[in-house]
Amino acid sequence: MLKYLSRRLLFAIPTLLAISFVLFALLDLAPNDPTGDLPLTIPPEVREEIRESLGLNEPFHIRYLKWLEQFFINEPLNFIEQTTGLTIGDSSSRFRVRSWLTRSPVVDLIIERLPQTLWVVGLSYVVGILIALPIGVISAYKQYSWFDQIGTFVSMIGFSVPTFFTGVVAIVIFSAWLGWLPSIYDTTHQVTDLPSFWTQVKQMAMPVMVLAFYNAAQLSRFMRASVLENINLDYVRTARAKGLRDRAILVGHILRNSLIPVVTMIALGVPAIFSGAIVTEQIFRVNGLGQLLIVAIQGGDIPLVQTLTFIFAILIVLFNLVADILYGILDPRIRYS
Amino acid sequence: MAFAGQHEQALLSARQHPSPWMIVWIALRSHKGALIGAGVFSFIVLSVLLGPFLWHIDPQELDITARNLGPSFSHPFGTDNLGRDMLAQVLAGGRIALAVGFTAMLLSLVLGTAIGVLAGFFKRLDGPLMRLTDLFLALPLLPLLLVIIMLFRDTLRASFGPEMGIFFLIVFVIGITSWMQTARIVRGETLAIKEREFVLAATSVGTSGPRIVFRHILPNILSPVMVSATLGIANAIITESTLSFLGLGFPPDFPTWGRLLFDGSAFVTVTPIRVLWPGLAISLTVLSVNFIGDALRDAIDPRVRNE
Repeated sequence: MLKYLSRRLLFAIPTLLAISFVLFALLDLAPNDPTGDLPLTIPPEVREEIRESLGLNEPFHIRYLKWLEQFFINEPLNFIEQTTGLTIGDSSSRFRVRSWLTRSPVVDLIIERLPQTLWVVGLSYVVGILIALPIGVISAYKQYSWFDQIGTFVSMIGFSVPTFFTGVVAIVIFSAWLGWLPSIYDTTHQVTDLPSFWTQVKQMAMPVMVLAFYNAAQLSRFMRASVLENINLDYVRTARAKGLRDRAILVGHILRNSLIPVVTMIALGVPAIFSGAIVTEQIFRVNGLGQLLIVAIQGGDIPLVQTLTFIFAILIVLFNLVADILYGILDPRIRYS
Repeated sequence: MAFAGQHEQALLSARQHPSPWMIVWIALRSHKGALIGAGVFSFIVLSVLLGPFLWHIDPQELDITARNLGPSFSHPFGTDNLGRDMLAQVLAGGRIALAVGFTAMLLSLVLGTAIGVLAGFFKRLDGPLMRLTDLFLALPLLPLLLVIIMLFRDTLRASFGPEMGIFFLIVFVIGITSWMQTARIVRGETLAIKEREFVLAATSVGTSGPRIVFRHILPNILSPVMVSATLGIANAIITESTLSFLGLGFPPDFPTWGRLLFDGSAFVTVTPIRVLWPGLAISLTVLSVNFIGDALRDAIDPRVRNE
């Protein structure tokens, strides 16, 4: 297991390097220029000197290696220093990746936006899982019953209807017609007492439920298929033959086994929901990471876009790894050799 | 119904390998959801293709006196904030959305099949091509799509005009970011078929590699490719409308369903009905295509077929 793990980790490094190269090379094609907002009165030769001092005339591979050093060594060190208050090495001369639009360090911007995304997206994923698992199990256990038929149809709808439509429909119904819920997420809202907590619940309800519905639709289909695969296996027949009650078989045997692929699926889905959050945050005006990415793209803010897309890529590689490891821990039949 | 079933059985046994179109027909006929799905999808395609000939209002015609109207006899879907007819706009937007969907699906299908067949057929290419597939699967697709569109939008607009430029760009980016599943499936199928006797027979009479691929392997992997195709259309339509919804797709004077939804979402308090039509169009199209895809998958899955 340990050997497998280390090999898997070692394989993740070239993947990440390849992705970082693709992203860097792609964004290098951008026509945007960090000296673009300097006054036009600056003569061209001075402008050229500024570009020179910023290292923009270095060859591509030097800039790429510098960026790698910045991203993998300097920024983590800065981050550690900031959170622990320690001083590591020559921290005053260490650079920070700065956003072209706001001039503030990119990492600070991301840390500022992260809680909103984690709350809305994370909560919606948890809610989605909690909805999907029972529905999937009951659908499979009572295959072709009316519950299964309706469940399959609703999950097909949730799976097909894009979140930007369900979100807008939710706004029309609950904000425009009924007036129950606010359509815009207020990030400055502070939870101090019960009424303000209730306000927070109300403003989170729509984004969380819209995203949860979408996640639940996919997961419940998967859960149903997984239970159906297990329900006719020999060990279930054995359990029934030795006289176990149906409920005990379902919970103690079928559920445990069919959860194995579902758990890996849940781990694999985590990065995808961050992408999904881009849309949801745009609908409900949640100022999280997705919204930050959109603003950065529209403003041509290359450093911010670069960092954010690379963080999304790291998430994908990381959760692929987590899914693999979970699969090995949960299913002892898997032997890593 | 029993007679029809016998008939199908006879056909199946008469020809050990029913043609792909036969499989499609049998799958659709026995699957109620797919039948309805096929009906709805044909209805949408036909109305989008023929609609503009029957409904003569120009989608871009402004009528300031008829702004933000609800549904009425002269404007069945209402009008937008500039007095443009929503029905005409939805029909026009559907043409682009479906054109993007079909073209992007074709591109991703061709790419995926080519890569899958090459990886499955030539052992030397298998490793590198599958690593490439893994790499593409690890890319953050939606952020990457947005970035590519931001970078190349202006260049392509300048060389192909505002409409064709963005069309090419969107079809291209959706195509090159959605071929991976097809490639994996096709590779697996190719690996299995490569070992079959008829391929051995073809090789032994001296058939060349490309000819084996085109004459013997491709026809036999057509059914999983068709499932990929239906799912690919759904995926492409969703992706295009997502991009348009985020304001990075088609421009507002050339709206697709996603863009219409995006523009309408600013007016939910004035004309809530306005967001319904493009949203319904996207949802119904994707839903019906997914139902067809589900039935097709059941049809070619041997575990389901043998029951």
